[in-house]
Amino acid sequence: MQPDVVVMGAGIIGAACAQALRARGLRVVVLDRHGPASGTSAAGEGNVLVSDKEPGPELELARASRDLWPELAEDAEWEEKGGLVVATTPEAVVPLQTFAAKQRAAGIDACEITTADALTCEPHLSPDITAAVHYLQDAQLNPVKATRALLRGIEVRRTEVSTTDGRGVTTPDGVISCGAVVNATGPWARNFGVNVLPRRGVVLVTTPIPGTIRHKVYDADYVGAVASGDADLQTSGVVESTQAGTVLIGSSRQRKGFDDTIESRVLKALALKAIALFPMLTNVPVMRAYGGFRPYAPDHLPIIGEDPRTPGLWHATGHEGAGVGLAPATGRLLAQLLTGETPLVDPHPFRVDRPEVMV
Amino acid sequence: MRVVVVGAGPAGMAAARTAADAGAEVVMVDSEPDAGGQYLRGRARFSHTGVTHLRNTEVWMVEGNTLHLRGPSDRRGESRENEAPSAVAAAPCAATATPSAAAATPSAVAATPSAVPATPSAVPATPSAVTATPSAAAATPSAVPANPRLLHFDALVVATGAYDRPLPFPGWDGPGVITAGAAQALAKQGVTLAERVIVAGTGPFLLPVATALQDLGATLVGVYEASSPTRWLREAKAITANRHKIGELAGYRKVLPRLETRTAVIAKHGDRVTVAKLDSQWRPVSHRTVQADLVCIGYGFLPRTDLLPDASRTDDFYDVDEHQRTSIEHVYAAGEVTGIGGADLAEAEGVIAGAAAAGQEPPRKAVEAVRKGRLFAQALARAHAVQPGWRTWPAPDTTVCRCEKVRLEDLADASSMRELKLTSRVAMGRCQGRICARNAAELTGVPFDGQRRVIAVPIPLGELAALPEEK
Repeated sequence: MQPDVVVMGAGIIGAACAQALRARGLRVVVLDRHGPASGTSAAGEGNVLVSDKEPGPELELARASRDLWPELAEDAEWEEKGGLVVATTPEAVVPLQTFAAKQRAAGIDACEITTADALTCEPHLSPDITAAVHYLQDAQLNPVKATRALLRGIEVRRTEVSTTDGRGVTTPDGVISCGAVVNATGPWARNFGVNVLPRRGVVLVTTPIPGTIRHKVYDADYVGAVASGDADLQTSGVVESTQAGTVLIGSSRQRKGFDDTIESRVLKALALKAIALFPMLTNVPVMRAYGGFRPYAPDHLPIIGEDPRTPGLWHATGHEGAGVGLAPATGRLLAQLLTGETPLVDPHPFRVDRPEVMV
Repeated sequence: MRVVVVGAGPAGMAAARTAADAGAEVVMVDSEPDAGGQYLRGRARFSHTGVTHLRNTEVWMVEGNTLHLRGPSDRRGESRENEAPSAVAAAPCAATATPSAAAATPSAVAATPSAVPATPSAVPATPSAVTATPSAAAATPSAVPANPRLLHFDALVVATGAYDRPLPFPGWDGPGVITAGAAQALAKQGVTLAERVIVAGTGPFLLPVATALQDLGATLVGVYEASSPTRWLREAKAITANRHKIGELAGYRKVLPRLETRTAVIAKHGDRVTVAKLDSQWRPVSHRTVQADLVCIGYGFLPRTDLLPDASRTDDFYDVDEHQRTSIEHVYAAGEVTGIGGADLAEAEGVIAGAAAAGQEPPRKAVEAVRKGRLFAQALARAHAVQPGWRTWPAPDTTVCRCEKVRLEDLADASSMRELKLTSRVAMGRCQGRICARNAAELTGVPFDGQRRVIAVPIPLGELAALPEEK
């Protein structure tokens, strides 16, 4: 039977779109060349963050998603661990506090705490930190399990789409006709007409040290690194544990196409920043490093909506490093727009018809 | 020009000698205190003009034409916990710290609860697994500093060998089960492991292991070969080209009466071992119980191919051309990393790789030896291929991944290795799937994609932070 909607991409965004469309009674088929969560979704840390977003449309999308996740991620190691953002220099104190105050005004639980309290929260944190803000809403999940949970009961076919006209997709096995097509191909979305570029990131994984690091802890300069559009290597200290006890260490940003080599200078920079936050990590072995590609839109906003040039082709991409956190609201927004419901957030900022996005 | 050889087994030593004789400046890097690899275990007495031997040194990453090294001073004082898969390494260490004492008290190892299945470190290249006190690094010529962190090469020869593949069955992760390679390594050092031993698996390697254990006074309960010897009847061409291999069998005649084919250990509880007769697909057709203290298992070998994650591989073995060239420019591979064929084939491949790396035509004799040896290697791979029926041996609660304690029933259906790992945590622990990934893939039907490990051995964050800046 012909599907109502074909979703291209079985990552966290494609899965969330498929889930929301199916919940509205539509017949959905998801296509992916490598299977569920085989690209960007599995290459991150599974973060659901509000702490790193300044007030604006993306924060609204993040808040809406944060409300939806707990129910959807029940079987996906959902953990409301909280985020701890710290300043590491005297100069960084005021910008961090100003940023947190703006977020509080927008309704975010951003609690300024003393450095002594921060050290109580995180006993191994460097005593040299200069300020700390505790974000109660930050959470984490296992992105592969979350993707699978969203895709439950939905047909996923392993195939690659070459072209689409919004009324069908062409695969090596033939054309699949449908009512609408969703482009949720993340960093590969450019193949279907939107200006999304890959932005490289690398994560280090240590051997397990359960219970040592409790929150997501990151340096306040992270927010600046995320917002930057620089192609050169940028790193910022981001440290957190997984439920298995391993510690994940990020973050790096580099624009170098789909080059997936891992450079020792990136490993070095990440190690230096992690040790600056947690000196005890010096002697902890790294057993693995992995990298991925964030889907980067030059104006740093997700792209969610119908393509005015190709009726029937919808885009849901450009979430950069926040796809896991933004997925449920993205899926719901897309499904609401597609079915003519009232959208849960203002869709206008995410429209496809933006000068930086149309290619 | 500088040729760097990684690994000092038969292939690596041959490559180093040949490249040096061809006029190259050669550095041979190896994680053990002495050359010889698994095969010769420190008995090689390697010394060759023009070759600098960097001992006790691990290569943790290859980046462009630079190796990242960890030498003895980096690793000194490191807690054993911090080493690569250590759960098992603990056993050999305990045994070898005082080899004579262990030999005098045969049960020393078997009694240790952790004298167990092998992770790669117990067996091949990982350095200190077996030797508790590495000797000091040798004095090195001036061209290479004593303990370099970075080593540039004009050509690289990777000869890092292979390690035994265990297959899981109920009890394989308990006491008294080790890999055949670990058993042989200990036996070569004169360590007696237990009184009543079983050697089980597939391939001719089981015979020297059984012989070594018997020579040390162990009672050989059985040597169980899962495949049928009749498979070799189809391999006349390979046998004709490698007649000397048949002569080698004579050296193991003492253990041949204990050899049973189409037989495997499929469970071990205490000293009660379930031994099954198998059909051609390795499905058990009948079984009996025997008593043994130690079961040594080896179902072929898995290549140690971590150093070149981007090199083209088939079934995880490096693809090489007639000059032992990998798919990566200026990088060669020799020995068991290109296929399992024994020490003489490894050595001949080393000669070719060493010559080619130094810019010379390989000697005709080595080329001929490789041609014949590969016939044997291919026949070996066919005759002793692991058959799918082994998947019926583990019970739902049998451990598949020891590091993360993942049981067979925890393996969810998945469409890729990555999905399987991230949903079940199989292959996500200390050994990073070196032991379990292949088994987990076969158990679930997920395509085995050859793991891509950027960091070949665990390395403390402090060392990463102190990496020298590249100019």
